[in-house]
Amino acid sequence: MSRLYLSRNPRVAARSLDGEMMIMSGRDSTLFTLNKTATILWQAADGATPLDEIVDRRICSEFEVERNEALLDAESLARELAGHEILQISDEPIPQRNSPTGEIR
Amino acid sequence: MTAEVERLSLVIEIGGMPVRVNTTDPGFVAMLQDRYAGYVTESDRAEVEFDVDLTPLAVSDPDADVRVTHRSGRWSLVRGDFRAEWSPASRTGRIRQSANPYSIDAVLRIVHTLVLARQGGFLMHSASAIRNGKAFLFAGVSGAGKTTISRLAPPDATLLTDEISYVRKLGDGYIAFGTPFTGELAKIGENVSAPIAALYLLAKGPENRIDPVAPGEAARSVLANMLFFAEDEELVQSTFHSAFEFVSRVPVSRLTFVPDTRVWEMIR
Repeated sequence: MSRLYLSRNPRVAARSLDGEMMIMSGRDSTLFTLNKTATILWQAADGATPLDEIVDRRICSEFEVERNEALLDAESLARELAGHEILQISDEPIPQRNSPTGEIR
Repeated sequence: MTAEVERLSLVIEIGGMPVRVNTTDPGFVAMLQDRYAGYVTESDRAEVEFDVDLTPLAVSDPDADVRVTHRSGRWSLVRGDFRAEWSPASRTGRIRQSANPYSIDAVLRIVHTLVLARQGGFLMHSASAIRNGKAFLFAGVSGAGKTTISRLAPPDATLLTDEISYVRKLGDGYIAFGTPFTGELAKIGENVSAPIAALYLLAKGPENRIDPVAPGEAARSVLANMLFFAEDEELVQSTFHSAFEFVSRVPVSRLTFVPDTRVWEMIR
């Protein structure tokens, strides 16, 4: 099974406010509020860390969830976020360029 | 022999930004003077200058979607009833429309949003008024009570608008300006300004009360009520961050009110 790499789409605006991560599409101004798992994926999407490592380090350690199930759910969620052009996904590491982090307030 | 056509102009200053409008039609100038009464100035200074070509367009649908795009340093503004171009670098532009007040009104709103977006400000679907030297904004969807709260304003409150508030960033705070952009009340706001003390999200209910709003909801509400037209990623991003800046500096609460004058006892 190939590894999946995630990167934040540099064409969105992101901001974290009081624990809520909000993302706005630069293309059509659609506003998204990420849930806890989606926020973890967003924050960990550095283009270099594969999804299975993100799941091990950030999801399985925080939620009581079986690893394979968590990985399947995370991959499904990552693809959904990519469908909204919030994340970019690839089976190879993704070089980073001015990736938005979401300023914490 | 050619007849010289006299070029007429007037300056409409909203939010402290003077916009000169040039035309050759005296009737159109008179119409604008009436439409923007209180906002027409004698100033020679203009931050934006538009030449208006009055010509019937093949398509004339003011309800059509507006398209605002940026290419090679020029903005293009297109709706069924007007076509306009504007270059921020030269500060000049051209509008093609028929002789009506609605098309140029839309162009002015759009141009103000574009200029404000670069400065951390914005136009917002909300009523606003000044009381005791402080400006209060009242935002909500259609029917939430913007017109009602404006109509109930006491004599010591100065109405800035019943429909579209003009918000400009100044230092660490925000200033609300009056606008001629009216809603159901059809009453032009006073051309004055004051520091913004609060934004209220309106809801009609069985009692008058003010409740806190979570920061995330406050930001979403500001974003939902901002006027924004441009298909431009850079401007979308700056507008997005402006909303968060605003809620970090201006208290946002929910104002539930019974539609009578007592609600203004809570707004001081």
